[in-house]
Amino acid sequence: MKIHVRYFASLREALGPQETIDVPPGSTLGQLRDQLLARGGRHAEALARGRALRCALNQTMADEDTPVPEGAEVAFFPPVTGG
Amino acid sequence: MPARVSIQTADFDLSAEVAALRAGDGGVGAVVSFIGTVRDRNGGMAGEVSALELEHYPGMTEKAIEAMVDQAFARFQIRGARVVHRVGPLQPLDQIVLVAVSSPHRGQAFQACEFLMDYLKTQAPFWKKETTPEGARWVDARVADDEAAARWGLPTGNT
Repeated sequence: MKIHVRYFASLREALGPQETIDVPPGSTLGQLRDQLLARGGRHAEALARGRALRCALNQTMADEDTPVPEGAEVAFFPPVTGG
Repeated sequence: MPARVSIQTADFDLSAEVAALRAGDGGVGAVVSFIGTVRDRNGGMAGEVSALELEHYPGMTEKAIEAMVDQAFARFQIRGARVVHRVGPLQPLDQIVLVAVSSPHRGQAFQACEFLMDYLKTQAPFWKKETTPEGARWVDARVADDEAAARWGLPTGNT
């Protein structure tokens, strides 16, 4: 299934603002991250386990065990620093 | 009814915002406001930060702050709330964020204002990048902000 992935801040600088990826139906946010990590290169570096990252599903903060529905908008970004 | 949340590049005026917040409401006995401003330093020398860029996630940012205002209304006896957050290029001394809350009495207004800022610091998708003599760098999240959010039972894990 197709998923729209968006990146912000340092991740946007490393990977670009967005991309569309194909993941197996029933994938969770964590599995989606693993699939991106498996590409190696810049993705492996920017999304590395151990780096503090947060993710959102359809513009709401979500845990990595959350299942991703078809056509969803997923975002990865560093910890937030507004205010 | 005036907007509760604005994400904008333009500056804001505290007096005008407070006047709009309490306009025509005779039940308001207290207004508490907080303004966050750009510092010219971040753990180093005065003047080391020459510029600040604020990035956000259009759509999600507004949604996250609307949700936090809803929570403030549910948790505290408040009559109005207003959040303005600037994005884009800023300079030291510029205003970044305004949170203002109106209520019948001061206690609830003080608490709701602090709640809203603690929430915003850890849950609203904004990112700061500062320019220093060594180049530009993304600002790190602070553990103290996570601890402040935890006091309200808010989700942590931002750091």
